[in-house]
Amino acid sequence: MTVYILRRLLLMLPVAFLVTVGVFLVIHLSPGDPALIILGEDRSPQAIAQIHQELGLDKPLYVQYVIWLGHIVRGDWGRSITTHQPVAIAITERLPATFELGVTALAWSLLVAIPLGTIAAVRRGSVADQLASGVTVAGVSIPNFFIGIVLIFVLSVSLRLFPFGGYVPFFQDPLESLHHVALPAIALGTAGAAINMRFTRSSMIEVLSHDYIRTAWAKGASWRRVVFVHALKNALIPVVTIVGLQIGGIIEGAVVTETVFTWPGVGRLAVESIFNRDYTVVQGIVLLAAFSYMSANLLVDLVYAWLDPRISYA
Amino acid sequence: MSNAPAIVAAQEPTVRARVALLELVRTHRKVAAAILLVVFLFLIAILSPVISPHDPLAVNADNSYLPPLSPGHVLGTDELGRDLLSRVLWGSRVSLPVAFVAVAVGLLGGGLIGLVSGYAGGIADLLLMRLVDALLAFPGLILAIAVVAALGPGLRNAMIAIGIVAIPVYARLVRAVVLQLKQLDFVVATRSLGATPLRIILRHLIPNMLNPVIVQVSLSAGFAILAEATLSFLGLGAQLPTPDWGQMINSGASFLSNDPWLAIVPGTAISITVYSFNLLGDSLRDALDPRLRS
Repeated sequence: MTVYILRRLLLMLPVAFLVTVGVFLVIHLSPGDPALIILGEDRSPQAIAQIHQELGLDKPLYVQYVIWLGHIVRGDWGRSITTHQPVAIAITERLPATFELGVTALAWSLLVAIPLGTIAAVRRGSVADQLASGVTVAGVSIPNFFIGIVLIFVLSVSLRLFPFGGYVPFFQDPLESLHHVALPAIALGTAGAAINMRFTRSSMIEVLSHDYIRTAWAKGASWRRVVFVHALKNALIPVVTIVGLQIGGIIEGAVVTETVFTWPGVGRLAVESIFNRDYTVVQGIVLLAAFSYMSANLLVDLVYAWLDPRISYA
Repeated sequence: MSNAPAIVAAQEPTVRARVALLELVRTHRKVAAAILLVVFLFLIAILSPVISPHDPLAVNADNSYLPPLSPGHVLGTDELGRDLLSRVLWGSRVSLPVAFVAVAVGLLGGGLIGLVSGYAGGIADLLLMRLVDALLAFPGLILAIAVVAALGPGLRNAMIAIGIVAIPVYARLVRAVVLQLKQLDFVVATRSLGATPLRIILRHLIPNMLNPVIVQVSLSAGFAILAEATLSFLGLGAQLPTPDWGQMINSGASFLSNDPWLAIVPGTAISITVYSFNLLGDSLRDALDPRLRS
């Protein structure tokens, strides 16, 4: 297992290198001079040259990359061009809101997906299964921002059951916090619920066809015991993979949902920064999103290898 | 006369493909329904200049905020008095071409990488696959947003960005199929007869990978439409006054309390379109995958 972990980490290195090069190039080769954004109207050639020198933009590109990477590794992600706040702090301040939204969305998706996926698998071919399969395709087809808008209209504007937006930290007031996060979490988690349901169903169908399940039936175990004790535990192993990737992709989903619900998280910061042409912040968020996604990928592989001993470590 | 057998031989696969498609549609009702839906959407996109009751850009302040089923405006009008039905119909002329171009970028870029990587193997495979891994390390929407942030907002850049997101998916898919196919006896036999790599790829590998690629094309068309709508919703895709579904939802969301249809109508249009392509991909996968056929 140690060799496997080391091998996976080594394989990650070239990819991580390419990711940093990609993020660096995408932002640095983009049109528009950061000096002009910083200076606004006062655009004398001397001032522009001075800003270029301060930001290191007068150096060759590969030198700029090495300097930038050095700063990134040391935790210095630069300063926001518009607010002058350190990027790392700007992101860290917004992370709890995004994290809370992401975790609640994930919990919602699993709460829906595991029971429904299990029922669909146990009653394969039934009306419930057909319905579940239809709902699955619909769940991944409806844009999450549209789900959000419909939820706001029905449950917030019309019925006034939920507040519109407004983040309350969980540890400040857990109940109020859940009340505020419910709608954005449902909007964000529905597509995940559809995907998780499909995975649970297909994995459950496969597990239910195994010999040990037949043995359990033959021993006279109740269906509840067979399904929930014997089958579900093993059926959930592939679901772990997809859930792990969803955790890594929290920032991605948050971009749109946070914009709809004016949720003060990293996703909304990303969109605001794009419009403000605040490239250092955009760069930081893209880098964070990529690295959390890569780390989730790695963790999933490791957890998977640990859960399923048949997977080769070679 | 000497060309006759060659012509027959060349025509044979086309006829067979047509028969196979007809057979597929006949035996799989879900595939038939999905194809009908997609064809219907394309017809709407092609015919929208003819079937739209009004000019989608014509502003008429006297007619603003008309509710659905108003005389002359079946789906009502928006804040500037523009006919919503016409705007939604014209919106398909933005979404479908975006999907087409984005899928083409992904398919061509990813397909080429996958073919070279799978067929050549060795160092080319190693390098190309690390590049693909790096692209896959970015969550899809974040990559698209980063590319649009760099190139600047707009429909053309959104298409390129969504296409780039699709590249690694096709690269991995095509590589996996090539690796599988090149071990098979008929490919080994063709190679030992002296066929050039180009001939093997064009005549033997590509025709045999069409099934999984077709499934992926319909699924990624659905993704592309969804991604374009998302980028436009965020203000990074189509710009005003283009009638674009994502952007219509964005402006409609501001009037949610009094005029919810302004967001609900285009949202439904996106959902139906993406659903159609996902249904097509899903049903084709079920129909074409021999492991699922039983």
